[in-house]
Amino acid sequence: MNQQQMPSEGFWSRLINIDRRWIYLVIGIVVFIPILFPIGLPVQVTKEVQNVYDRIDSLKAGSIIMIPMEYDPATMAELQPMAYAILRHCFSKGIKVISTALQIEGVTIIKNDLELIAAEYGRKYGEDYVFLGYKPYPGIVILNMGEDFRKPFPRDYYGNLLDSLPMMAGVYNYSSCAMIVNINATSGVDYWINYAHTRYGAPLAIGVTAVMATDYYAFLSSNQIFGLIGGLKGAAEYEKLINHPGLAMRAMDVQSIAHSVIVIFIIVGNIAYFSSRKKKG
Amino acid sequence: MKREIPLLIVLVFGVFMAFQYFVPHRISSNIYQEFNNWTIIIGIFTMVIGIASLLSVHYSKIRFRKEGWGYSFVTIISLIGMAGLGLFGGMENDLFIHFYRFGLSPVTATMFALLAFFIASAAYRAFRARTVLSTLLLLAAVIVMLGRVPIGEIISGWLPEPLQLSKISEFLLYVPNTAAKRTIYIGVGLGVAAVSLKIILGIERTWLGGDGK
Repeated sequence: MNQQQMPSEGFWSRLINIDRRWIYLVIGIVVFIPILFPIGLPVQVTKEVQNVYDRIDSLKAGSIIMIPMEYDPATMAELQPMAYAILRHCFSKGIKVISTALQIEGVTIIKNDLELIAAEYGRKYGEDYVFLGYKPYPGIVILNMGEDFRKPFPRDYYGNLLDSLPMMAGVYNYSSCAMIVNINATSGVDYWINYAHTRYGAPLAIGVTAVMATDYYAFLSSNQIFGLIGGLKGAAEYEKLINHPGLAMRAMDVQSIAHSVIVIFIIVGNIAYFSSRKKKG
Repeated sequence: MKREIPLLIVLVFGVFMAFQYFVPHRISSNIYQEFNNWTIIIGIFTMVIGIASLLSVHYSKIRFRKEGWGYSFVTIISLIGMAGLGLFGGMENDLFIHFYRFGLSPVTATMFALLAFFIASAAYRAFRARTVLSTLLLLAAVIVMLGRVPIGEIISGWLPEPLQLSKISEFLLYVPNTAAKRTIYIGVGLGVAAVSLKIILGIERTWLGGDGK
């Protein structure tokens, strides 16, 4: 900012041209304070998240759910709490899980997430859950899994033949699974809707990042997906439903305050803009 | 012949893929599976071209000391290093996992986390109620931002239900948002079908390279 020009500029003009580092500082502070001093704001459950919970909750122990997870370190903050909450719900009820990771950057994270939550409930690999891993070209892989999981994945992530895993006996394709809950931070979620649901008729729910969520309400009202978990707020709702508060519920304080501050910025920015324009005539 | 053979391949495979969708017979399904495998194999060749192109671009930057050549050096070392560790040490190799966990993960997570700061700055500077449409957009954004987080309940929870931010936000997402998205999806779907048909029938030939002639 030109320091010599500042005294001649009006208050509103200076406010409009404020150094962006002040904005960064304010956001930094409002993000840190609720982390240090949690407020515990109440989380309301939306019907699209409640639907996912109800459908999973209605399953009997021994049922199989497919939970493909496609997220990476960039989107992990939003989707990992969601994955944890859904996996906890499944493993606590004795529901078996088949998972894939069709995004290459996230394979290691997803493998670790599965192992971590399975260990929490004492679930065994091959009996209670199976991780198929990664194969390139998600669209083609999803289509092939609709015929037989063994076509794209003759072996699981660890190199075991699928037929050698007790859980996979008699499990061939999506029709062997009660539903698919796809946790996805990529546009690959469209393949799950177009191929797994539309072509192969698999009941499908999705968990996506908050910015992606608006794209999928159209599929919710057309019943192509039966549930939608959107971003960290959706994860917090699921944590509340399973009565296992975690990172997402704690982060709701941060998100609430940060959103409020951004709204205040927008209001102040507009007041400054119109005031400075009025002054200029 | 250089043009006719690719056009014939596209016609035959395009018609078969459309046909098999409506014929759930075992033979049709097996051929379809085989074709899907071919797609993956052909796709892997594009990765080879991608890696060769990446190496060529960055090698040239280093060789001629172009601006930012140091980053190109890091790119090439990272590519060769991670590929070597993965190929020779396996995916469960400790060093490979450590580079991923303590190198790639924090870097990509940090990049994404910075978005919050940029969005706040952009919202302050660019979100202006200049026209009726931009005012509507601004109002919708504010309502959804507050209505989708717990603080929205605290601010408007005492109001009658239809006036609560969470309910207005839900309406915005389910009705105007869905209507707009459907319009876009239907338009895109019809466009894709029309272009696909033109390619299969050989009317659209620009994919052949050059001007398609």
